[in-house]
Amino acid sequence: MILGSLARALDDRFRLSPITRRALAKVFPDHWSFMLGEIALYSFVTLILTGVYLTFFFDASSADRVYHGSYAPLDGATTSAAYASTVRLSWDVRAGLLIRQTHHWAALAFVAAIMLHLARIFFTGAFRKPRELNWLIGVTMLALALANGFTGYSMPDDLVSGLGLRIITSVVESIPVVGTWLVALALAGEFPSDEMIPRMFVTHVLLVPAVLVALISLHLGAVVRQKHTQFPGPGRTEHNVVGSRLWPSYTLRTLALFSWILAVLFALGGLVQINPVWLYGPFEPAQSTSPAQPDWYVAWGDGALRLFPPWEFRVGGYLVPAPFFPGVVLGGLTFLLLYLWPFLERWRTGDRQLHQLLDRPRDHPARIGIGVCALTFYGLLVVAAGDDILARLLRVPVYDLLTLFRILVLVLPVLAGVLAFLVARALRRGEASSLGELTRADLRRATRPAPRRPAGQDEPEVPDLHRPGQVELWPEGALWRWRYRDDTGQVTLTSNRAVTSREEAVGAARLAYPGVDRAVVPGPPPPPPPGRVRTALRRWGRAAAAGSLLVGLLLDHRRRGGRRGPPPPDPAEPGSPPADEPAGPSGRP
Amino acid sequence: MNGGTQPKAERAASRRIAGAFLVSAAGAIGFAVTYGLDGGTQWEGVCLAVAFAGLAVGLAVWSRRLVRVGGYVEEHEGFTPPPAEQAMTAAVLHAPDSPTRRWGLLAALGFALTALGVAALFPLRSLLPSDRQRPARSLKDTPWGPGVRLVDGEGRPLRPEDVPADTLVGVFPEGGVDVGDAPAFAVRLDPGRFIRQPAGGHLGGLAVWSLLCTHAGCPVRLYLKGTGRVLCPCHQSSFDLLAGARPVAGPAARPLPGLPVEVGSDGYLRATGDFTSPPGAGFWSRP
Repeated sequence: MILGSLARALDDRFRLSPITRRALAKVFPDHWSFMLGEIALYSFVTLILTGVYLTFFFDASSADRVYHGSYAPLDGATTSAAYASTVRLSWDVRAGLLIRQTHHWAALAFVAAIMLHLARIFFTGAFRKPRELNWLIGVTMLALALANGFTGYSMPDDLVSGLGLRIITSVVESIPVVGTWLVALALAGEFPSDEMIPRMFVTHVLLVPAVLVALISLHLGAVVRQKHTQFPGPGRTEHNVVGSRLWPSYTLRTLALFSWILAVLFALGGLVQINPVWLYGPFEPAQSTSPAQPDWYVAWGDGALRLFPPWEFRVGGYLVPAPFFPGVVLGGLTFLLLYLWPFLERWRTGDRQLHQLLDRPRDHPARIGIGVCALTFYGLLVVAAGDDILARLLRVPVYDLLTLFRILVLVLPVLAGVLAFLVARALRRGEASSLGELTRADLRRATRPAPRRPAGQDEPEVPDLHRPGQVELWPEGALWRWRYRDDTGQVTLTSNRAVTSREEAVGAARLAYPGVDRAVVPGPPPPPPPGRVRTALRRWGRAAAAGSLLVGLLLDHRRRGGRRGPPPPDPAEPGSPPADEPAGPSGRP
Repeated sequence: MNGGTQPKAERAASRRIAGAFLVSAAGAIGFAVTYGLDGGTQWEGVCLAVAFAGLAVGLAVWSRRLVRVGGYVEEHEGFTPPPAEQAMTAAVLHAPDSPTRRWGLLAALGFALTALGVAALFPLRSLLPSDRQRPARSLKDTPWGPGVRLVDGEGRPLRPEDVPADTLVGVFPEGGVDVGDAPAFAVRLDPGRFIRQPAGGHLGGLAVWSLLCTHAGCPVRLYLKGTGRVLCPCHQSSFDLLAGARPVAGPAARPLPGLPVEVGSDGYLRATGDFTSPPGAGFWSRP
């Protein structure tokens, strides 16, 4: 009751109901891979929530401080304030260790989710026009996430992170001409300087998060404005989005996902120790520790530093040191290629079309080949960053492993890329619909250059998406609704919202299904006979009664919009196959 | 579908959801109690995880059982605007009194803004070290110099006898134990086994080198006894002390700089100069 009058009061002042009505009815496509970005988003929210708590206890200063507290081995030791406050936060602040470990786990999950999201976007071609700008924003956020992860990892001023910071400093110093100036600018002196911890702190808790929040807003704003991409399937065209609505389906689902992420991260933070800085000891310039591995998302850089041969040379008497190539050049090239990829691909394929439908990964063998090649390369570098641990586990000399990795990192990515290319080509050409069904003959066929069969044979086999069905419109009191029905009657898609006039309904249907016949029908048509979609029907049948409850709520919520709310998920209506992920015809790449 | 089972199934789903939310509330209360009793990180984490997992299960079942999934379609307006619309927008932008028509003023404005932008870069210089020393200069200089005594980690000066045979002893310039580029190590080797003389010379086999790896600056603390080699734990560069501390494996490309030492009149070890070359990782203007 109170909520209702509050909503009315707001509506009277801002006229929110038209916007709200449209926003609540917004359709998002159903596929598991579309939630990877959401995982990144919610990990970021977790990072902010836990990070704010940590700032109350962390003292970002390298001034001397004597630690007194319940961690006995360090009691009375003089360390930097940053280190002492981190140990205090972990041992003497209640729930402090939980929040700190959860923060660290959330950072690992954040970067992992971003990378998986990036891989999904890459392999399905979601970066193509009109979404190039969002790709650029996303790659920028990946770079910022890596940078912020690194500063966060370095701030406690423990021995392991100090070594990492020293390595990064050396890598930056290796840049010709400006390297030493950049380090001086960042640290206000030589490593380790008194200014570096306060500066990292400001960058970590203010600058980068602020930029990230701005970029996330742009990123999501673009998704809302441009709408989500979808995989090809019955009734899905370049001119519509098929799936579930924001309210109530995705509101509940996304909150469930957020809760899952919090549950998993807090379970990890409580049960799985991470970065026990009190065991590492405070940073001292003359101390080192073995083994020393960085967090996983910078390990590729560390692996590259290990593998790159001791090559350095002089240019006109000036030195270009060895870390320049694996550190600066590799990192720079990686991000340059990531930034340029949409434009490189467009230049190569000449494809300037707008794309709302995604590729299946196999549809583009060259793209998947290059992607798998790159992933193998960076994966090997991550493994190589643990070569000393591997050597200890396998009881082999570390330099034998080093030689092996130097060869593998050059050979294996190419092999993996070629294999991925061939598998994609075999899947595309052959009859096999999944990896398991692929036969040796399919692969052998794929190795041969495409036999120049009659035109069209080499084109990706796109299922006939535009199989004309029929659009049906019907009045519902003063409102109009429409739906799309496949000829076979297996697919029925209801318009996401009711509109006020028949013309408007026709206009919307024409946009979504250009060139499809339209017919006015007296009301929602009878359900199709239960076929292979019986399970889905039963499920939705159960939901029907709940729908009437929800409608009651919605009616109240949307009364100001001058409409009666969407019809309930009518038990007589659900005729479409389940659009949730397991049954999506092309849902599984 | 038979209408009889629908409310039943729905009731079952509702019960499950409500149950999950109750579990969640129990987890939250558990967390508060654990916190109050200082029950430890593990229980706090478990309680919070249960609280959020309960929420997650409840919401997920709700979204699956009581809400329609899929089956909706929304039209996509497309992004190519009608030419008329574009023309109208352009007309508004280039109205007669539009600033876009005054090129001269725009140029002057651009000049002013550029000047401001460049001027705003100048305060960045304050981020540089306050001693105004060129960074390459300070990288080359270390606290070592003629007459600086060698001390151990606790600041005690060292005599030659304090460096036992075949062990690595960390040494620092007196008064500079915390300086980043100063750490060095002293080691006593059999002078007969030297393939190449140490860069800083040696006192009957006692030689001193910079502790910082010439690859990325990590301290090369791992001493492989007997072989006369030191190993960097960061990237496994290894240096042969018997051959002038030259790199023999791993990614390092330059030998460790040596430190020339002598025994002072007071019997303590002291340096006769700085390192034979700048310690640590390489940089552009490194000699």
